[in-house]
Parts: sequence; C-alpha cells; structure tokens
Amino acid sequence: MILMALVLLPYVAAILCATLPDTARNATAWLAGLTSLAGCALLGVAAPAVFGGEILRVSVPWFANVSFGFRMDGLAWAFALVICGIGALVVLYARYYLSADDPPARFFAYLLAFMGAMLGVVLADNLILLVVFWELTSLSSFLLIGFWTHRSDARQGARMALTVTGMGGLCLLGGVVLLGHIAGSYSLDIVLGAGELVRADPLYPVVLVLILLGAFTKSAQFPFHFWLPHAMAAPTPVSAYLHSATMVKAGVFLLARLYPTLGGSELWFYVVSGTGLVTMTFGAAVAIFQQDLKGLLAYSTISHLGLITFLFGLDSPLAVVAGLFHILNHAVFKASLFMAAGIIDHETGSRDMRQLNGLWQFMPITGTLAMVASGAMAGVPLLNGFLSKEMFFSETIDLDAHRLLEVIVPIVATIAAALAVAYSVRFIHDVFFNGQPVGLTKTPHEPPRWLRVPVEVLVVLCIAVGIVPNWTVGPVLAVMVNGTLGMRPEYSLALWHGFNAPLLMSVIALVAGATFYFGMQRYINLHSVTRLPVSGKHAFDAVMGGLETLARKLVAWLPSASLPRHVVWIVVSAFAAMAWPLYHLGFGAAPLPMPSANAPPQLSGALLWLLGVVAALSATINYRRRLTALVLLGAAGLAVSLMFVLFSAPDLALTQLLVEVATIALMMIVLHYLPQTSPVEPGGGRKWRDAAIAGAAGVGMAWVAHAILTRSFASISPFYLAKALPDGGGTNVVNVILVDFRGFDTMGEITVLGAAGLLVYAMLAGFHVQRDHHDADIADDWNPLLVRTVTQVVLPLAALVAVFLFLRGHNLPGGGFIAGLVLACAILVLRIGGGGRPILDPAHLPYQPWIAGGLLVAALTGLGSMVLGYPFLTSAFLHPVLPIVGEVPIASAAFFDLGVFVVVVAATMLATISPGLLPEGIDVEHPS
Amino acid sequence: MMPAPDHWLVVPIVLPMLAAALLLLVERIRPAWQAPVSLAATVALAALAFRLVALADTDRIGVYLLGNWQAPFGIVLVLDRLAALMLSLTAVIALASLAAALRLAGRGPHFHAFFQLQLAGLNGAFLTGDVFNLFVFFEVLLIASYALLLHHAAGRTLRVGLHYVVINLIGASLFLIAASLLYGVAGTLNFADLAIKLPALPDWDAGLARAAALLLLVVFGIKAALLPLGFWLPATYGATSGPVAALFAIMTKVGIYAIVRVSFTVFGGSDSWLAGWGQPALFALGLLTIAFGAMGALATKRLIALVSYLVLISSGTLIAASTLGQAALGGALYYLVHTTLAVASLFLIAHAIADQRGPRTDRFGSGPQLVQPTLLGLLFLIGAIAAAGLPPLSGFVGKVLMLQGSGQAPFAAWFWAGVLGSGLLATFALARAGGSVFWKTQGEAVGLPMPIGDRTALAVLAIAGLFWIAGAGSAARYTSATAQQLAQPRVYANAVLGYAPVPPEAASAP
Amino acid sequence: MTEWFYASAIGVFTACGVWLVMRARTFDVVLGLAIFSYAVNMFIFVMGRLSYGAPAILSPGAPATLAHYADPLPQALVLTAIVISFAMTALVLALALKGRFVNGGDACDAEDETIVEELPR
Repeated sequence: MILMALVLLPYVAAILCATLPDTARNATAWLAGLTSLAGCALLGVAAPAVFGGEILRVSVPWFANVSFGFRMDGLAWAFALVICGIGALVVLYARYYLSADDPPARFFAYLLAFMGAMLGVVLADNLILLVVFWELTSLSSFLLIGFWTHRSDARQGARMALTVTGMGGLCLLGGVVLLGHIAGSYSLDIVLGAGELVRADPLYPVVLVLILLGAFTKSAQFPFHFWLPHAMAAPTPVSAYLHSATMVKAGVFLLARLYPTLGGSELWFYVVSGTGLVTMTFGAAVAIFQQDLKGLLAYSTISHLGLITFLFGLDSPLAVVAGLFHILNHAVFKASLFMAAGIIDHETGSRDMRQLNGLWQFMPITGTLAMVASGAMAGVPLLNGFLSKEMFFSETIDLDAHRLLEVIVPIVATIAAALAVAYSVRFIHDVFFNGQPVGLTKTPHEPPRWLRVPVEVLVVLCIAVGIVPNWTVGPVLAVMVNGTLGMRPEYSLALWHGFNAPLLMSVIALVAGATFYFGMQRYINLHSVTRLPVSGKHAFDAVMGGLETLARKLVAWLPSASLPRHVVWIVVSAFAAMAWPLYHLGFGAAPLPMPSANAPPQLSGALLWLLGVVAALSATINYRRRLTALVLLGAAGLAVSLMFVLFSAPDLALTQLLVEVATIALMMIVLHYLPQTSPVEPGGGRKWRDAAIAGAAGVGMAWVAHAILTRSFASISPFYLAKALPDGGGTNVVNVILVDFRGFDTMGEITVLGAAGLLVYAMLAGFHVQRDHHDADIADDWNPLLVRTVTQVVLPLAALVAVFLFLRGHNLPGGGFIAGLVLACAILVLRIGGGGRPILDPAHLPYQPWIAGGLLVAALTGLGSMVLGYPFLTSAFLHPVLPIVGEVPIASAAFFDLGVFVVVVAATMLATISPGLLPEGIDVEHPS
Repeated sequence: MMPAPDHWLVVPIVLPMLAAALLLLVERIRPAWQAPVSLAATVALAALAFRLVALADTDRIGVYLLGNWQAPFGIVLVLDRLAALMLSLTAVIALASLAAALRLAGRGPHFHAFFQLQLAGLNGAFLTGDVFNLFVFFEVLLIASYALLLHHAAGRTLRVGLHYVVINLIGASLFLIAASLLYGVAGTLNFADLAIKLPALPDWDAGLARAAALLLLVVFGIKAALLPLGFWLPATYGATSGPVAALFAIMTKVGIYAIVRVSFTVFGGSDSWLAGWGQPALFALGLLTIAFGAMGALATKRLIALVSYLVLISSGTLIAASTLGQAALGGALYYLVHTTLAVASLFLIAHAIADQRGPRTDRFGSGPQLVQPTLLGLLFLIGAIAAAGLPPLSGFVGKVLMLQGSGQAPFAAWFWAGVLGSGLLATFALARAGGSVFWKTQGEAVGLPMPIGDRTALAVLAIAGLFWIAGAGSAARYTSATAQQLAQPRVYANAVLGYAPVPPEAASAP
Repeated sequence: MTEWFYASAIGVFTACGVWLVMRARTFDVVLGLAIFSYAVNMFIFVMGRLSYGAPAILSPGAPATLAHYADPLPQALVLTAIVISFAMTALVLALALKGRFVNGGDACDAEDETIVEELPR
C-alpha cells in the first residue's frame, strides 16, 4: 500500500499543482516540497521492513500478463530516497531560482510528474510497467528541458533528448518483451531468478543489446551522450535533479537491477565495461575544454556515469558495491555543484567561464561550498568521492581478465581520474580566481539565504560521508547491495586502508591532474578553445536531416497528387494479383460446361462482336473528339445490350439500354459545358506505356473470361429456378431474385441511387453559371420545334409503358427498375427536348421527398414481415387477375418494387436534370 | 419449434436508413428538428451496438436470414465478436463526429441524411455474410462518404474529391470482377459457403480461385490505404473538415476489417488454401505502408497531413500484424480500436488548432498565439502520446500485445523494427509539430475558442479511450477471443449454414 | 468459338476502358469508366456461362435446371451493378461540371497543371 501511495502521490500532487494559478508561487512550491517530504516519510515507514531484508510487494492486474505491480527492496528503497530527498531540496532551490515570469504551477507540475515517473521506474515490479514509467520520464523531461519555450536551443535540446532516450526506450521495450518471453514472466522476482535460463538462450545477445541500448541512451553513455550537454538549456534546478541525481541514473539503475539476470557473461563484461571505460575517459577529457559551467558539469556527469557503468561491467560483486556507492556519492556532490553553478548564473547573469573569473571576492561562501563539492568530484580525501574512487581503483587492480587488460585498465583509470581532477580544479580556479570578471551585466553577490541552503545540506553530506562513512551511508549501502546481489560481499567502508595501490593511484591522479591543468594554463589559453571538432549533435542533425530530405524526395516521387499515376499503380497491382497465381498454377484442364439446349447463333454474334469492338476501339482512338467518342460509346453500349438479348438476358438488355440512354444524355448535357476536345498530351511515351498496361489488362480479362466459359461448375442457382414460382410467386426468376431472394441488395442499391441523386442536386443546386459561351447556339438549335412536339407525346405514353412493365415485372421482363428507368428516360428526353419545363425541374417538383418516400416504402415493406414474426424482407403474396395485364401478383414484394420504382424515377430525375438546369441559371425568366 | 429470429441484428442497418429517409422529410418540414432526430438515432444506434457486443461475447454466433431464405441462397447477416466490435467502434466515432459536425451541418443540403446513410453502409459492411452484399454496402458507405467529403466543397477539395471518387469507382469494378469470379468458380457468394467450397475445389480451379481471392485483397487494400494503393488517403483526409475526417478514421478500418474477414472467415487464415499467397504479400505490403507513412510523417509540414500519415502507419501495422498469427491478431484488434479513437481525436484537435492559428492554419513554423494554448496543448499532448503509441495510453498496450503475439512468427524481427521504428519517427514528428505550433509563437491570438461541439466530441472519444486503457484487461481478453473465433472458420460456417429459416407455421405475431 | 468471341470482346472493352481511365481529363476518365463498366458487366454475366434462347423466365414443362434456363443469379448481379455504376457516373459528371467552373478546365491531374486551360472565352 505504501508503494502505491509513493508512486501515485506525486501524480495527484501534479494534477493539483496544475490547477493552481501561476500567481501562487509559494503554494505550488509548498505542495511540491511537502509531496517530496511525504515521500521521504513513507520511505521512513517502510525502512524497518526493508532493512530487515524484507521485500515489499503490491500488485493489481492490468492486462494479459502485465500487472500494475510494485516491489521495494533495498536497491529500490535507496533510489527512492535519493529521488524524494534531493527532490525536496531541488524544490526549495527552484522556489528561489525561478524568476517572476516563469509560471511556477507548470514547472512544479512537470517536476512532480517526473518524480512520479522516476519512482515508478525504481519501484516497478513488472518489467513492462518499468518501461511505461521509463518512457514517462522521457516525456516529462522533454517538457522540463523545453520549459523555456521561447528559446530555440531549449526546444532543440528537448527534442533531441526525447528522440535519443525515446529510441532507447523502444529498444528497451523490445528487449524486455523478449526477456519476458524467455523468462516466462515479466515479474522481477521470476526474471531475477531466471539468470541461467536467460544467458543460455540463443536470443540472449539480442536481449542484452536491446536492453543495454535503453540503459546507455538514458545514462548518456558514449556514443549516445550528446543529448545531455544540450539538455543543459533546461532551468538549473532541472539539471540538478534530472541530469545529476535521478533520470540519468535510471540507466545505471537498470544495469544494477538486471545484473543478476543479464550479468555474468563475456558479452556483458566487454560491452558494458568497455563502454563505461571509453565514456569515462572521453567525458573527462572533453569536460576540461568546456566554456559553459553547466557544460563542464554535464560532461563530468557523463564521465562519472561511465565510471559507474564500467564498475557494473567488471562483473564482480565488489565492483557492483563500488558502483552503487558511487551512484549515491555522485548524486550528492553533482547536485550540489549544479546548484552552485545555478547560483553563480543567477547572481552574475552568465555561465560562461570566459566571463566568470575571480568571483571569490564577491561570493566566498558559495565559493567554499563549490570547492568542497568539486573536491568530492575530484576524489579528494575526507570527501565522499574519495571513498568510491578508492574502491574503483582497487577494482581495476583486482581485475582478472586478459593480461593486456590487466595492465591497461588501471592506467586508463588513473588517467581518467587525473582528467577529472583537472576539470574539477578548473571549475574552481577559473571561476573563483584567475583574474577579474569580464563584461558581466551585473555585479555579483551572495545569493539569498534559501537559495544556498540546499547546497549547504548536500555539502555537509559530502563531508559526513567522507569522514564517517559507516555511521552515515553504511547501512543504506548495505541494503542497496543486498537488494541488488541478494547477498552481501565482504567490503569495508573506511577512510584509511593503509598504504596501498589504490591510495597511490589517487595521489598520482591528484598530483597529475593539478599539474596538467596548471601546465595547460601556462602554455595555452583554455578560453580560446571554442568548440570541439566533432560533436554528437552534428551526427544527430545529419541523420535526422538526411532522413527528412529522403522522406521528402520519396513522397514527392510517389503519386499522391496525380490521379492517372495512381490509377496506373492500382491497375498494375490488380493485374499482378491475378497473374501471380495463374502464372504458377495455370488455368488447369477443366471439363467443359454442359452444352446449352439451343444452338449458338454464330452470325449475329459475330456481327455484334464487330459492332461492339469497332465502336469501343474507335471511341478510344478518337477520345480527343469528345462528341464523336460519345456517339461511338453509345454504339458500343447498344452492342452490349444486344449481346444480352442474344444470350437470353432480356431484363439485362432492357436495363442496359435504358441506362445507356440516360447516361449518354447526361454526358451530352455535361459535355455542353466542357471543352469539346481533349488537348494533345505532352510527350507520347506515357501514352504507349499506358497502352501496354491496358493491353495486358485486356488480355488478362479475356483469358480469365474464356477460362470460365469453358469449364463447368456447380452453382446455387438451381435453387432459385426451383423456388421462384412456388415460394417467390413469380416466373421471372431474375426479378424474383432482385425483389425477394436478394432483396437486401436491391435495397442497398436504391439507397445508392437515391443518395447519388441527392448528392448531384446538393452539389449543383443554387450553383449558377453565367452564360459565358455558346449563348447563341443553345437558343437556336437546342430544342427544335419538332423535337418539342414529339416529346410532348412521349411522356404519357412512357408512363403507360412504365406501369405495364412494372405490373408484369414479376413474371416477365420488367419490374420496378426497368419501369422506373423507362419513365425517367422519357422525362429526360422530354426535358432535353425542352418541353415540359419547368414543372419537372427539382426547383418546382421536389424529388427529395419522393426518394425518401420510396426508401420508406421499401424499408417498411421489409419491416412488415417482422410483425408477422418473420425476418426482415420476407415476402407474402396472392394472385388476383386483372384485365389486360393478366394475372398480377400482389406480393409484398410488389410494394417493395414500388419503392424501387419511385426511387429510381426520382433519383434519375435529380441526377440528370440538375446538370441540365445549369445553363438556364439566368434563362428561366424569359423561356424561349 | 424455432426461436423467433433475432431482429436486433438487422436494426443497425435499417435504423439509420429509416432515419436518413425521415431526415430528408424533416429537412423540408422542420429543419430545426434535424439535429435532434439525427442525434437520437445515433445514440440509439450506440446503445444497440453495445448490447450486440454483450450478445456476441457469448460464444454463440448470431445469424439472421434476410427474407427468411436459408443460407447460402438468401443474404445473411452474421454477428460475431469482430462484427460487434466494429459496430460499437463505429457508433462511438459517429457520436463524436456528429457532435462536432452539428455546427457545419447547415452549410449544405442533406448533411444529416448522408451521415446516417454512412452509418447504414458501415454497419451493413460489418454485418453482412455475403460477398456481393458486401459490395453493395461498400457502395452505400462510399456514396455517403463522397457526400460528406464534398459537402460544401470548393476549389481544391473538388479535385481531391474527384480523385477519391474515381479511385473508388475503379475499386468497385475490381470488386465486381473478384466477387463474380468467385461465383464463377465456386458457384456461391455466401462467406460461409465459400469457406466450405473453396478448399474443396478441383485443382484445375486452383489458379482462378486464388486469383479472385488476391484481387479481392487488392480491392480491400485500396480501402485500407495499403501501399501501393493508398496514395489517395493523405490528400483526401487533408481536404475535408475536422468532424468528417474524424468519421473517416473508421473508413480505412473498413478495409482492414474486410481483409481480416475474408482472409480468416472465408479463406481460412494462415493455414488455408491461400496460405503462401495472401499472407506474405499482405505482410510485406503492410511493412511498406508503415515505412511510407513514417516517411510522410517526417516529410510533411502540415499538422493535418501529419495525422493522415499516422493513419497510414496504423493501417500498415494492423495489416502486417494480422498475418502473424492468432495472438498478434488479437493484439492488432485491440490496437485497431485504440488507433481509430486516437486518430479521430487528433484530427479534431488538429483542426481546432488550425482554426485558432488563423491565416497560419496548420502549417508548421511560428504563428500567432493560440486562443486556448493550455487546453489545446494538453489535448495535443495526450493525442500525440496516444497516436505515437507511447505509454501510458492504450497504444502502448496494443503494441506490447502485438509484439508479444508476434514473438515466434518468422520475419517477426521486421515487424518489430517497423512498429518500434515508426513509433520513434512518429514521436519525433509529433514533438517537432507540437514544438513549432505551441512553443514557437509570436503576436496576438486571432482565432476563436474551441466550439462546444468539438469539446463534446473529444469528451466522448476520451471516455472511450479511457475505458479502453483502464479496462485493458477485459478489452484485451475480448479481442483475443475475437482472434480465436476468427481462427475457427468452420464454426462460423456451420453456424451460418446450419441456421434454419422460420417455418411457415412457426410465424406468429409477437 | 463463341466463347472466344465473347471473351475477346470483354478484353477489348477492358483495354479501351483502362487506357481511357489513365487519361488526365475528367471527361475522358468518365468515358473510360463507362467502357470499363461494359466489360465488367459482361464479365459478371459470363460467370453464369452462356446459354442461348433460354431466358430465366419459367415456362411450364421445362424442368427448372440450368440446362434449360440461363443462370439467373449473375443477371441479377449485373442489374444491380448497372444501376450503381449509373449512379456513380452521374456523380462524377456532376463533379466534372462543377470542377470545370470552380477550377477552370476539367484536368484531374493536379500534377501536370500544364493542361489546365482557361475557360474558352
């Protein structure tokens, strides 16, 4: 329960904090501070159990095998203490650091959110949950680094940090999922116990590398270190908290946490310790040449994290102890140093060591504090840094690996330590002595009392730990070790181990480092070193920039804006999809279908073929002369409908013919406003490429069609033939299918038609075109008298035919569709003829309600059957005999068909007449 | 004595149809009543959809014989877990979109009618168990989507709309070819019947049957914006209004639904007669789509376009995951719901931002201060986290489930790289976008505050998302059960083909 | 023989339609779609195989088998397809019409603006 409270408390506080107004500087600060202290208190409550070697657990199921579970052992406890303790100090510091125009509510809300995430990372029991909080630290640090949103370096730094650590987080996720897959669970208890199993697994290297990528990016290990210096654009409290004590420690925490599972292998040793060693040396070397105070501290942090990583990599219990110890020490002295740097920045208005000189005279107290802290950083005796450095040295000596390594490692370690001394000395000498300040905007002075208190507290800690480790840090370190290793190796925390190699190395490092620095001061001017030859930032920018240009090129190349090119892609894909299996499996040698009852009429078939093919081809060839092409299209359509007649599909033929008429008429009307010819295409190449593709498509379709025509198959159709009359009440099976067997299709279909009509009208209604051209010709030959008089007769006739077709539809070719189309076409022709206007125009005769009505009739017919306990659209019928028409089925299907009829008429009218209305936009007043 | 047919199955289609017809009349008589009627219909639909989820979550597969004709001869509606899931997702998106759209509805005729028709089409597509009927409902939902897209359209939107329409017309023709070819070899159109007959085909029909099947996948690939068929998407989604874009978030999912439906229920999943043909192709194209989406997200300089590319990424991810076995499919279905909600809300947010930035609209680079920087900033942050699949939102859960599920599959490594890499690029792109929109500001606010409708919409989506993450346990259980159901096409087939119509005498007034 | 006639006609229609759909002008695209739709309708139709002088209209006497009647199902499908494609054609034409006055010209290829010409005076 404590655990839940510990993790959730900061979030609750963050939400509260966010609701507070930005004027409430103290309130927000108090809220944040008390939250941290409450965290410490909770840890105090948990302490007895933890120090008793107990492991606290709490778990709530979340999803699949991932639980909302937390777990606190010594390691987690100690980290949580650092997070809450230093958190409290940082809050106090920030309260006095932030200027009046920084919104405190936002700042502390972010800070608390981060605190919660960090606690989550160290306390998570379930590895997936750990990743969740891991990513949350990245997100909240993104917001904190970018806190000063007006500064572009802040925005960039934030984005870089997010990208690099985010990448690490994703790798970590991958690694963790694999790890859980191998170990059989994400729960730490099981994973920590599964070390043997994991190391034996073939996937172990992958898991290790992925997880290490997560840890190294977070802990700014070379070559992923570069985000940290750029994160220095963050307000200093953030740096003091995230970039020294907590977030960057998450990586090394992960190493410690998973050490029992992943550690103890050649790979681990070489990768981890190698990376650590390089990072340690590199960071220390670069740190010396920084001009920005925080830059120096950032690289020093990188170096120290490298040292810790190196220790974990050494893969010996004592090395782990040293690593853990240094984590604590570094957190303390580095946080205080960042705060000191912040104070200097705050009181002098600059962080540039080329301006900051001789500050001792202005701020001796701060100077003293900084001196002590950097002494700890350098590893000066009587300070905490010294102790862990000693341990580190002795580990490098006790290292048993390849002979060469045994010699090189201690030397490199000493060199790195010397460099650390060098930059520590520079930090003090260059800032507090070394001449006078240069061009500061304001005269420096000691900071307000409370801004310094946190530093003082931490510095006192440095000394206390340095002198009497066993009474101070001893027990904490002990539980930490226990939690990490599950056992407690023999080690002694003491200032004095006698004259031994480590001591010697320390002395060498101190002397060499100091001399190196002052030597350099003599011969070269450190201030002239402006920037390093190579930097990770450039690499990062290069990669991201390159990726971006590549992306632009790609997107530009792909046909996102061009319809024809997109169509090509689709046609080719479709062709490939069909050709692929047919190429591999072929068409097979299928038995022929059963021969038809009657003999095929060869001649008429051939003639139709000729008509259709010639018409289509010449329409295509003459596509630029649009009117011609249109006429030819009509011919082709005619051929098609005749083919339907020939191959015993009268309904099809009728419908095809009528739709043909409507379509052609509509296209004529539209063409009336479009350019009469298509322009010549620039370049013939594309034409021929398209021709090739189209040809291939045609051949393919023909081939498939032929293959189907020449093979038998078993179909469900006999059912329809059998049931149409007895159960469907009609002899025209096609119509029965339309209104009964598959009436639901028809329903959807009339919906589409109706919607199309509505849409066309909606688009063109009230859209008037000024008569810019062929004003004259329309007036003259648009509707000659003859046409008009003829068309006057058409309408009633057509209406009669329509009714007839409708009524007989169920038994003979006809039905709602066809009837509707007949009437619609008649009206359309009439309309084009210019007669009957304007009563038939949507403006005067509202078609929308008719469409609605038709749909309602159809749907309600369907619903009717429900009342009788049958499913939707079940039909019932009887057969009264009417004069002339003969036997008429008053099937419920007929009502359905009526709905179809109405919709077809109304929609066709809307769709075809609306465009026809355009020219009369102005013309209506004076009808010709 | 048969139990009375479960009429609830047909209501999700008929209700919006009737509502549409009714709305056309209302529009003429009492225009003011449109909004309430439309809202009422949509709310009722949502309630029904959730009821159907409960119904489907029993292992029973709901069957509804339209016209009381025994399958495979008549058209049949089938309700399984997948269908129910899609229905309720649609309903939620519809509610949100409608709430946000109310203020636009007046700008052109028949908006509400078209909106309801859209829902009818979607629900029909999810419920039908007949390949040709699926075609019909695709057309219904497409014509409605044209209408919503072109609603008060002008200038560029017209041309984009034309692209969208023509592409889909070609798609429709291909669909007809594929569906009829299936009939030409197997002699039936019913999913269940096809599932039985296709594997039993003589080997001389093997090639043609597979050709038809793959062509069908191409058709659905166009809808799902699968590369190289999905280039239309960014332009189209970029050209329409926020609420409509939010509704369109479900449109690509229709394609994904159809792909999943046919490749499992009809073609029998990975161990089917289509094995080695459909799945590998889909997997590869899915990965390509992810790559293209990520590249686009990186390349674009507009917020709304960025969101559109995120849609592509999610499409690719879902398709690829659906081919990696049952567990991965379960994860994918969980992710599908998440990503639909996330993208829909992100579209709304992006448009709200564009409105508030005045002339700068959604282009990156420094623009005027927003009217509600805090509100929109928070919303964008949440939306971005969701869309990028970062913790603690459901996107992360979905990714974990998919990664877990795909663990053993061959080529899983590629999938992992795709998912994780695209997540990283999306994060980067979104961070950059957010930075330039919210942090790089100059000058005074010019726009108007966020309208109430949009807030309501976002609230709806947020509640749904919250449920999806808080209830991740039961949600993931449901989706994995869905995947399991999909992996047993036989059960589906038997349920459908074995369902007897109501005998004449059984009919009785309720 | 007849099969080849029929199939080749489908092929020709398809080729013509597809080629036209790949043009860069709305009207040409519509032409293409129309011709392509002929091909598609014929294709659907042949899925029921060919039969001569045996429309699916039941007459007493003839047994209700596919030997004596044309397959009615594809015909029904084609009917539906025809109507739907008509609706869509009308829509595209309306789009072309409006686009012509809003954007000037009926080019549907945003990329080669070269062929978007002014309204004829």
